[in-house]
Amino acid sequence: MTEVLHELLRGSLDHCVKCTICETACPFSNATPLFPGPKYAGPQAERYRVEDEPSVEWSVDYCSGCGICTQVCPQGVKIAELNAQARHKRKQESGVPLRDRLIARPTVLGRLGTPVAPLANATLRSRPFRAAVERAFGVHRDAPVPRFAGRTFRSFARRHSSPPASRRVVYFHGCGTEYYEPDVGEKTVAVLEHNGFQVEIPKQGCCGLPLQSNGLFDDARKYVLRLARALAPQARDGALIVGNATSCTLMLKREAREILGLADDPELKLVSERTYDVCELLLELHDRGELKTHMQPVNEVVAYHAPCQQQGHWIGKPALELLDLVPGLEVRELDARCCGIAGTYGLKREKYDIAMATGADLFRQIGASQAGSVACDSETCRWQIEHATNKPSAHPIELLHRAYGLPPAGADSKRSTLRGVMTRNVERVRNRART
Amino acid sequence: MAGLSTDVLVIGGGATGAGVAWDAALRGLHVVLADRADLGEGTSGRFHGLLHSGGRYVVKDPLAAEECIAENRILRRIAADCIEDTGGLFVTTPSDDPAYAERFAEGCRATGVDCEEVEPAEVLREEPRLHPGISRAFRVPDANIDAWKTAWALARGAHERSGARVLPYHAAEAIHRRGDQVVGARLRDVRTGDELEVEARVTVNATGAWAGRIAGLAGIEGVRVLPGRGIMIAMNHRLVNTVVNRCQMPTDGDILVPIRTVCVMGTTDVHTDDPDDQTVAEDEVQAMLEDGERLVPGFRRARALRVWTGVRPLFQDTKEGVASTRDVTRAHTLLDHAERDGVGGFVTITGGKLTTFRLMAEETVDAVCRHLGEERPCTTATEPLPGSEDGEHYMLGERLARREDGLLDDQLVCECELVTRRKLEEAMRRRGTSNLDDFRRVLRLGMGPCQGGFCMYRAAGIMHGLDGMSAEQANAALLGFLVERWKGVWPILYGDQLRQARLDDWIFQGVLDVGHLRE
Ligand SMILES: Cc1cc2nc3c(=O)[nH]c(=O)nc-3n(C[C@H](O)[C@H](O)[C@H](O)COP(=O)(O)OP(=O)(O)OC[C@H]3O[C@@H](n4cnc5c(N)ncnc54)[C@H](O)[C@@H]3O)c2cc1C
Repeated sequence: MTEVLHELLRGSLDHCVKCTICETACPFSNATPLFPGPKYAGPQAERYRVEDEPSVEWSVDYCSGCGICTQVCPQGVKIAELNAQARHKRKQESGVPLRDRLIARPTVLGRLGTPVAPLANATLRSRPFRAAVERAFGVHRDAPVPRFAGRTFRSFARRHSSPPASRRVVYFHGCGTEYYEPDVGEKTVAVLEHNGFQVEIPKQGCCGLPLQSNGLFDDARKYVLRLARALAPQARDGALIVGNATSCTLMLKREAREILGLADDPELKLVSERTYDVCELLLELHDRGELKTHMQPVNEVVAYHAPCQQQGHWIGKPALELLDLVPGLEVRELDARCCGIAGTYGLKREKYDIAMATGADLFRQIGASQAGSVACDSETCRWQIEHATNKPSAHPIELLHRAYGLPPAGADSKRSTLRGVMTRNVERVRNRART
Repeated sequence: MAGLSTDVLVIGGGATGAGVAWDAALRGLHVVLADRADLGEGTSGRFHGLLHSGGRYVVKDPLAAEECIAENRILRRIAADCIEDTGGLFVTTPSDDPAYAERFAEGCRATGVDCEEVEPAEVLREEPRLHPGISRAFRVPDANIDAWKTAWALARGAHERSGARVLPYHAAEAIHRRGDQVVGARLRDVRTGDELEVEARVTVNATGAWAGRIAGLAGIEGVRVLPGRGIMIAMNHRLVNTVVNRCQMPTDGDILVPIRTVCVMGTTDVHTDDPDDQTVAEDEVQAMLEDGERLVPGFRRARALRVWTGVRPLFQDTKEGVASTRDVTRAHTLLDHAERDGVGGFVTITGGKLTTFRLMAEETVDAVCRHLGEERPCTTATEPLPGSEDGEHYMLGERLARREDGLLDDQLVCECELVTRRKLEEAMRRRGTSNLDDFRRVLRLGMGPCQGGFCMYRAAGIMHGLDGMSAEQANAALLGFLVERWKGVWPILYGDQLRQARLDDWIFQGVLDVGHLRE
């Protein structure tokens, strides 16, 4: 890590006035005594850390890295980032268990599971199998695991070609979309195209966030830099990068640069500056009066939960404003902070109960909201919410997709390709007519 | 009036006095150790924190350098737990005369101070905050040493070995003479006003900058100690993890010492007439910050926690007819008043450095033995202090490690310095004092970023609950500590520490309304 950057993080501890706002807000230290809290693990413990002394902290492993502490700190202390560094050092010294190495690599799991999806899904839901996995690897038997879609988003992307338009975006879909929710990806593309974007989908991999949060910084760096290389050419041409996985976009925007110390990488810097969350982008469009607002009513009650990592974008809750545009849709904003899953945290045997206790507030609010479903921007949070509440959940973009009355995703892909070709031809004719 | 009888009465409980008590105890003598305040509340607790390698003196005062390196090696063995082996650097910054580096290296060779030249690039990798324009760098065995821990280990050791009585808050008010012989002193417990007569075969004046006054009480003339005061500024966290000295002729503001959770910039040297002078002059603070910038660019923007003043004892013999007993190259002075003044049973030890306290104590107790006419060899060079038997140095992470162990069943009182309730209650029971500042010195209570903002009221409450002290006493303890903390904060009220002070003020004035507490 570049020294300068570490200095920025460590230097920020000078701003701490011990006010304890971070500890009041921390959903994890409020759920377990095993994590003494962000102030303790961050600006306080940092004063006791020297490079050449071994890490003495086991408790920092119980920090989930949700980042709420940094968000709420009124003094600008980079608390979560300091904690991530400490966790990394701890893991480096004590070793990272095989389990963490596996669950931190969604691409590997995805590639293994996709071709045998029905079998894999059935197996992952078999009680004896899960009990065995828990014993052998330490993945909690009840932890929510997603279903392999059996097809990748890539297979759609390869065939899909977006009609040319004056506005170009690069779509960063993330691993959740790739292996488990290709539908969400298709809908995102459709909503963007509907609003006049030409969507390019370069071949891309994992952003490295799960590796980073599991303390595997070196691997995380490799992943995120590879991703940056994949996205940079278009970004250099002026395209914006837009993603629907808020944690992964946050990784690109900020976390990789701050936590992994990659602030100086020119390609990552370029990508980071041009990365948008999809709702953020659409709301900006709306603010300029350019978002299509002709929508069909969706007569439902939906609860909305803004994930911690979404809050880390410092963009408010754009999804709320977008969903407000949908006629008939009644949105209940939830103010509980965290669902507890924090990416891979809640999967771990020793942390599952903590994760569930952390999310209890949210689950209670969802129950009390009388909503039929839950909207939430992050896939792992959606899976946790579904697991804990038995309510279906959706990315906000899926609701917009419905409201726009766009054709269902996963439908005949040939037809959509055809449609793409047709639109392109129409455009070409129009352009020619103009000149 | 109560009375005690002993072999040796040591007046002054700084590193030197406590060292004398330990040394005498190891030689089998009975000792009473008295200080007008808490142990280490004089210069010893207000020093810079540096266990000198001697590097600082290799050019200016080679003999002092030799003493330092010899004592440095000994203390690393016998007081291992009080010392953190940070190592030290002498660096030539763009503000320093580049020619000094050669003289420095030569001086180290001549005095035997271990010294190794290192590449500036390597130094900057290790200490990335240092000035990037460093042109030369030398590694030396500097370290830091915790003076309070040392003084208490010495006192505890003296008590364990020969039942030494340790009497903090006992000021010497009179020194008794029978003819040409000092036979003891009258002490007063400054907390209760009670007097205590101590009859002693030999009385040792180890009162540092106050030594002239104590000698005066014994009717000894011409012991003049010119106090030179110096300020130091503690920064919120370690900007460096190695002691960093500027490679130049010793001057003001040229050393940055990482010690415990902070690093300390120092110091100045301003003549004063009063050893109790605690002035912190604005221009000295500014000069110190400026000096900090020379070592660590951005120093002014980093958070300063606290500033304090220490007073050097600089001895000058003004007795007529006495050829200066002070060897000019010697940093400390031992006055055997039998030889100098024809007064038996009385010895004064002053000057020196904290690093050389053991040597000073050895020479002092040698003189004591001469007075007693007994032959008792010194063993302090090989005998480890209580707590240092395993020879392991202190590590910065120790408190955090201990805290992690007790995470689930102990409460944190001082969050910055990780003082737990169990530790605090233990110390409260042991010390039986109502002065919260005493716990600061032994536990570092209230020494962190918030300067007691969050632990002071907790500690006062705990103390109140413990031994059934009255609300008024607890109030007084709280207010006393508040005033004490404030002293060191106001001269550096800028930036982050100003914000902290505002928050602390809201807590104490706004929430607790301490302005209207009944005392
Ligand atoms: C600014 C500064 C920085 C320094 N930095 C360093 C450093 O980094 N490294 C180093 O090795 N040295 C350093 N020194 C030198 C070192 O601190 C002193 O030499 C050393 O602490 C002196 O110890 P002492 O026990 O002789 O004196 P003190 O610690 O001053 O002890 C004298 C004691 O006598 C007590 N006393 C006074 N009057 C009475 C009375 N009437 N009755 C009873 N007790 C009384 C006082 O309360 C005091 O506790 C520094 C000095 C200064 C001023």
